[in-house]
Amino acid sequence: MKSVKDIRTSRAERRPLLPEKYQLFTMLLPFLLLVFVFSYLPLYGWRYAFYAYRPGFPLEKCEYVGWYWFESIFSNSYQVAEITRVMGNTLAISGLGLLLNCVAPAFAILLNEIHHSAYRKTVQVLTTLPNFISWVLVYAVAFSMFNVNNGFINQFMMTVGWVTQPVNVLASNKHVWLTMTLWSAWKSLGWSAILYLAAIAGLDQELYEAARVDGANRFQQILHITIPGISPTFLVLLVMSIANLINNGMDQYYVFQNAMNKSSIEVLDLYVYNISLGGGNFSFGTAVSMLKSVVSLTLLLIANGAAKMIRGTSIF
Amino acid sequence: MAKEKEPAPRGIGGRSASARIFDCVNYLFFGLFTLLCVYPFYYIFINTISDNTLTARGQVLFYPMGVHLSNYVQVMKIQGLGEATLISLGRTVIGTVLSVFASAFVGYLVTKDKMWHRKIWYRFIVATMYFNAGIIPWYILMMNLHLTNNFLGYIIPGIMSPFNIILVKTYVESIPSALEESAQIDSAGYWVRFTRIIFPLCLPILATVTVFTAVGQWNAFQDTLFLMTDRRLYTLQFLLYRYINESNALATVLKNTGGNVNINLSLVQTPTSVRMTVTMIVVAPILLVYPFFQRYFVGGIMIGAVKG
Repeated sequence: MKSVKDIRTSRAERRPLLPEKYQLFTMLLPFLLLVFVFSYLPLYGWRYAFYAYRPGFPLEKCEYVGWYWFESIFSNSYQVAEITRVMGNTLAISGLGLLLNCVAPAFAILLNEIHHSAYRKTVQVLTTLPNFISWVLVYAVAFSMFNVNNGFINQFMMTVGWVTQPVNVLASNKHVWLTMTLWSAWKSLGWSAILYLAAIAGLDQELYEAARVDGANRFQQILHITIPGISPTFLVLLVMSIANLINNGMDQYYVFQNAMNKSSIEVLDLYVYNISLGGGNFSFGTAVSMLKSVVSLTLLLIANGAAKMIRGTSIF
Repeated sequence: MAKEKEPAPRGIGGRSASARIFDCVNYLFFGLFTLLCVYPFYYIFINTISDNTLTARGQVLFYPMGVHLSNYVQVMKIQGLGEATLISLGRTVIGTVLSVFASAFVGYLVTKDKMWHRKIWYRFIVATMYFNAGIIPWYILMMNLHLTNNFLGYIIPGIMSPFNIILVKTYVESIPSALEESAQIDSAGYWVRFTRIIFPLCLPILATVTVFTAVGQWNAFQDTLFLMTDRRLYTLQFLLYRYINESNALATVLKNTGGNVNINLSLVQTPTSVRMTVTMIVVAPILLVYPFFQRYFVGGIMIGAVKG
């Protein structure tokens, strides 16, 4: 223990050079700089969209083209066809993803109907596992199981006699949207159900008791207590996925992409990558991703507004 | 958590036949779905320790046959795999430590009302969750900062995570301020108060943040794709992706030339068993860590949900 005298002297010695409010700010400053450099500074790079930028040349030496790239998205017939195809892929896969949003609560409700708690817990833990595996690993798993040479799915189908030739699911342009959604489901269904399981666990148990006294069976309890109880959670998640309608990310589609399925798998994020870092057209890529940012920010604001209207509180 | 809640609401008045059928189907459904989630990993594992010719023919399905460990010895000799393992481990450890520290410290600082314009700075950080300049401006910036083909490119951009900062901030706000004020009497500075009092108290939330950040770092793939052309900086994830595609292309070529793929594949550079063994090595840390940290994973989404 310090004596009173010690404390006094140490206080006198440690008179801060800066007022406390600036002292705190100085400690935060290096971190603010990191945020500025890696999140705000890239916005300045949007100017590349107004030049005919070629990698390796300084921007000043590149031709200024104004809104040319933006106009070409909507006027150049080849570009229009490309963007239409890519937007079709994006919206189709996102749309199927919205359906998946409805499967997760059903999954949770059914899992909650399992009363053997060790069984339920095991299911919950094991179905969550794939969520923590990278998309590259998911692809490695997919390749091991579905490849035409020795993937056991093809072996099995041929043994049973469903097919005579191995089916190359991974290099096929058929049902790409569906298979991508199924892989997403495999990876994330267990994980998304956790939120709903928690919401169900948080419901007032007396409601169920009261319903039972009134003679409600399990199905009626689900219909009148569980489903209304978890619908706020459902709405919030739905709103968030609407906000992310055009942000599919690119990891999944990049790893599953090949020459055969490219035309159906190219979602907006992957397309931007393919034309810019893959194809070298940096300026057009920047223009497309600029438009994408603006649209998704708008979607976010609309979604937030909708959430406000439905629930009375905004989600952000 | 759902599992904590006992007893679960049961059906009333005994079990009708339809209820029993429903239960059977329900148990069966979840059993199958669980199998679907776990079997692929088991399948790959038993194939890596089975006789390679059987593996190449796709005959190992339920249990290992002709057990041997030479695949694991063989893949150690693959050029670049050792380096990639070091890179992956390095970025996971260094990246996670720095990011967790930054989340903790910033999460603490932004709770201090005395800070000059605290609210503005907090919003300045949080706002970055909702917009994104896109990959090209980001790539060009990284190039200008000389973070391409640079190990630091894996570390520095990921230090600040607004989401984790929100998690920590919320947690710090729930700590009674009396605890921190007890240190103020000793005229301790903010740094001392953070390291001695706040940091230890935040350990539960920091465990969650650590687990998520580490998994994210280990699984990261895009940054290697964008930033690194130097083979020595490839991560395990990226190397695995290359392996699969090489063997994919190889198999296609062999098939088109009408060669007997099953026999040839066991002789070529990246046979099925090697590919699966690399897959196993990449997935192993997650599989090993997952059972012990599962509750932190779940804890994370719960806190996020309350906040989100």
